[in-house]
Amino acid sequence: MITKEEVKHIAELARLGLSGKEVEKFQEELSSILDYFKKLQKLDVSGTAATSHPSAVKNVMRRDEAEKEPRKILSDFLKVKSILK
Amino acid sequence: MTISQAHQGLIKKEFSTLELTKSFLDKIEDSNKKIFAFLTITSDLALAQAKKIDDLIFAGGDIPMLAGVPAAIKDNILIEDVRCTAASKILEDYIAIYDATVINKLKNQGAIILGKTNLDEFAMGASTENSAFGATKNPHDLTRVPGGSSGGSAAAVASDMVVYSLGSDTGGSIRQPASFCGVVGLKPTYGAVSRYGLIAMASSLDQIGPITKTVADAKIVFDAIAGKDPCDSTSVELNSKFQSTNYKQIQNLRIGVPKEYFIEGIDKDVERIVREAIKKFEKAGAKIEEISLPHCTNYALAAYYIIMPSEVSANMARYDGIRYGYSAKGADDLLDVYLKSRQQGLGDEVRRRIMLGTYTLSAGYYESYYLKAQKVRTKIIEDFDKAFKKSDIILTPVCPTPAFKIGEKSKDPLSMYLADIFTIAVNLAGLPAISIPAGRADSLPVGIQLIGRPFEEGNILDAGEIFEKLS
Repeated sequence: MITKEEVKHIAELARLGLSGKEVEKFQEELSSILDYFKKLQKLDVSGTAATSHPSAVKNVMRRDEAEKEPRKILSDFLKVKSILK
Repeated sequence: MTISQAHQGLIKKEFSTLELTKSFLDKIEDSNKKIFAFLTITSDLALAQAKKIDDLIFAGGDIPMLAGVPAAIKDNILIEDVRCTAASKILEDYIAIYDATVINKLKNQGAIILGKTNLDEFAMGASTENSAFGATKNPHDLTRVPGGSSGGSAAAVASDMVVYSLGSDTGGSIRQPASFCGVVGLKPTYGAVSRYGLIAMASSLDQIGPITKTVADAKIVFDAIAGKDPCDSTSVELNSKFQSTNYKQIQNLRIGVPKEYFIEGIDKDVERIVREAIKKFEKAGAKIEEISLPHCTNYALAAYYIIMPSEVSANMARYDGIRYGYSAKGADDLLDVYLKSRQQGLGDEVRRRIMLGTYTLSAGYYESYYLKAQKVRTKIIEDFDKAFKKSDIILTPVCPTPAFKIGEKSKDPLSMYLADIFTIAVNLAGLPAISIPAGRADSLPVGIQLIGRPFEEGNILDAGEIFEKLS
């Protein structure tokens, strides 16, 4: 059972505001979900490598060159759209 | 009406694109209040696109297959200058500033986009009940859910509001609503379709895919949207990989049926329909073999609900009330802006998953949860690798039940998660899978799932077409 303090701590880490009622509600729900994860304890994966994604490719790179010629002013500055109005 | 039927009608000049588009827009106007598949209807955009296609046809030009054919897009895929909400209050008024790559590809083909469809908020859910703007109804029974998270997309196709739609699938979100609504839903191999412009949920699991009436239509749309994209470095060029069919005739097709998927709680009608489907394939000459996928049901579910929320917690950090979207008023300081904007703008299921992910990634818990789940992920991939040595495709149910009633599972998050038990392992392994209508439980549609090896969409699409003819 996850404690109210732990719920508040997680919420703060995740920058989520929670009311008192919400802390209680999520405490109950998160506890039951985390309980479900206990079934993984039965599995021995000590010799197994971790997979972070099923992607077929690694380190996809391209040359560090501009794809389009940017508009330049005074040969050194780049012209961009204004940000502040 | 299928894509080819629409295409034939247009080139034979039986109707104009404008007429076709208007008739679908009328259908949407009639049905959307009842079904609520659409969040945004883009009639001006659609009519402007329609006129362009008519001009092309009138000038005697050839048009691509998808030109002039009305489609709907799940509202987590960006279309430039069109509102994109992810069914969340935090993006209620957000206007997208660029086209997703799949949208670019569809626009280049002359597709007619009629609107953005409803989903579970940020694609988190299995019923579309988690939408901040209201639930979509199943066109076959308005008291039931269409499935989720691509419920709007599936309902729009099932009720003829569009010819095809795009959805996204992270744990079953294309396949399960396709099964509930009696339409075809394809989740491509991870990397087959670019995710650029898809609002990210879990970056190692998400894929965009078509929802259509027929398998042939799914092939057409998949062809149009697939391909390597420099903007998505996890995308892969398919070349002839996807054309592969390891068998030219059904006699050479080896179908594996995993024994662990016929679980105790499975609905009797679902089991009957799936077993009948297996018999149909067998009668037609395919070789059926019982296989074992020991980690792919219960362990996969637990691993998924650790891995996915972990990735979600990172992807949701950008919704902070500063960069874009809803910003809370009356906040005291910057931290308060974050806390209040996210509390008010994000729904319960989203916050639940963010917190789960924050917990499982936090110091002291990372090893026992996230790292462990990643190792289970390897075990799941190994299960499939082993199975695919003896089988060309794997046949399973899509969901343990047909469409459930609105409100039935929304009180207990865990019971909703269990609806994904058959679809989830596929995303963890990055495999292609398709849901195809296979029968009815009373009047409710039930689909079967065909899973293929990576980049062998051709195999499952071909087998799917064979099955359609057998039914």
